[in-house]
Amino acid sequence: MSTDADDLYQRIVLAHAHQPRNQGPLPGATHQARGDNPFCGDRWVVSLILDDDQIREARYEGTGCAISTAAASMMTGAVRGRTRGEAEELSRAFERLISAAGAQAGADGEGIDLGDLVAFAGVRRYPVRVKCARLPWQTLMAALGGATSTVSTE
Amino acid sequence: MIAGPGGGEPFSPETARADFPALAQLIHGHPLAYLDNAATTQMPNAVIDAVAGFGRADRANVHRGVHALSERATAVYEGARAAVRRFLNAREAREIVFVRGATEAINLVAHSFGRTRVGAGDQVLVTALEHHSNLVPWQMLCAERGAQLRVVPVTADGELALDAVDAALGPRTRLLAVAHIANAIGTVNPIADLIARAHARGVPVLVDGAQAAAHLPIDVQALGCDFYALSGHKMYGPTGIGVLYGRAELLEAMPPFLGGGEMVRAVSLTEGPSWAALPHKFEAGTPNLEGAVGLGAAVAYLGAADRAAIAAHERALGEYTAARIAAVPGVRLIGRARDHAAIVSFVMDGVHPHDIGTILDRHGVAIRAGHHCAQPLLESLGVAATARASIAFYNTRSDVDALADALGAVHEVFG
Repeated sequence: MSTDADDLYQRIVLAHAHQPRNQGPLPGATHQARGDNPFCGDRWVVSLILDDDQIREARYEGTGCAISTAAASMMTGAVRGRTRGEAEELSRAFERLISAAGAQAGADGEGIDLGDLVAFAGVRRYPVRVKCARLPWQTLMAALGGATSTVSTE
Repeated sequence: MIAGPGGGEPFSPETARADFPALAQLIHGHPLAYLDNAATTQMPNAVIDAVAGFGRADRANVHRGVHALSERATAVYEGARAAVRRFLNAREAREIVFVRGATEAINLVAHSFGRTRVGAGDQVLVTALEHHSNLVPWQMLCAERGAQLRVVPVTADGELALDAVDAALGPRTRLLAVAHIANAIGTVNPIADLIARAHARGVPVLVDGAQAAAHLPIDVQALGCDFYALSGHKMYGPTGIGVLYGRAELLEAMPPFLGGGEMVRAVSLTEGPSWAALPHKFEAGTPNLEGAVGLGAAVAYLGAADRAAIAAHERALGEYTAARIAAVPGVRLIGRARDHAAIVSFVMDGVHPHDIGTILDRHGVAIRAGHHCAQPLLESLGVAATARASIAFYNTRSDVDALADALGAVHEVFG
């Protein structure tokens, strides 16, 4: 592709959007939450199996744009095997990565290894699309918090 | 005197677009192709200058000052009302109420007409084509009054199922509220026919004309509608200003919507207030003078235009747009009613409309992506969101070609 949107639609982001991983129901889920973006109709349900404090399995179902789908796909892969605390730390680092505030502070995860998730750094240049990347993570945090209610970007 | 598009020359989109300074800019290095006119149209210099001129010379409060500026401001404000009356061919200027937009116009009717005329067990009839602004106020009213909201369904092509209209109009129907043109997919409703059907049952009709006023000549007397709602920013005017047209007889019988200054004749601490005459009864507080002045200029500009030439251009360009979009691999047009405005709603296999919108923006092409505040309609048509290109008379084939080329790029990325 030959446009400036390259910085939003990174190759790895597109790869996950085309072929999302970890999608589908999760029988025996111990934690679950739903996240909606009423602005664009994106909807995710994130399901987890926690063993003590460790995330044994993470899956998601729903529909969303390429950015949101890739974020959900890469997020579930990234948190699998991590402890609740590590997942929360990763979520905060991701938020700093994609938010304008993080951009001002020159943040790139601040010591947390974001791995492939750094591909989302370009999202901060698209204020309306930040919510797309954020929604799966918000939903994950709600699930970890045991929240039964739906989270929303609005 | 305000001249029409292109300074009164025979209509051509190329000369008309020179009236719109916002169109002459680069977006991400590309010439702007503004195809989001169903959301908001741009303003011609005639409107921009009228608003600025008011601020420079005539600004004061209206209807109460005894000084020169107040008299001038009042004359300009009431002049704008007279211009809107002419534009809609309303019988009297007092039938023109300035509001914030079509949304407020409809809420005014829901509160004022609705609360006095709709009771428990009554029905309000809407259609599945409506913008949320012509749906939510009626849902709120019906919930409050214990009334029932009935909905005329749409066909797969996005047309109203007309045979369902007569069946839905019952002895308890108190109002039919319907869009002239459906914002999300561009269906032009057979509004005169709908009004005739409703009036045959004694049911008054509110027409949401937000999407129509910039594109069709509107004659409220010929239509015979009871209420007609407009938004200035969708007809080359400023935001924050709109119009409720109401038949004087109905407006007279309706209680005020908002209370305050301007809308009262006399106020005392011991007796209830008495209401000002129309239209001031419905214009509490200092009005949006700049907005009214701008809207007055916009209808003068449109009124001076060759509406037939504009309509022919928009129709032809709309068809060209539909053909170019439909030729992109994986694209499906949504809701192509036989009678439709120059609004093209579409989806692309495997690509979310917001991704389409973002990539198009990087090519300088502005469209709308999402549910277009018409979630029930899109649900009826089996989609959650669409991308929508909408034409104004200042659009040209170059704008549409830029759109089609950028859609090709979307297909490359996601196809």
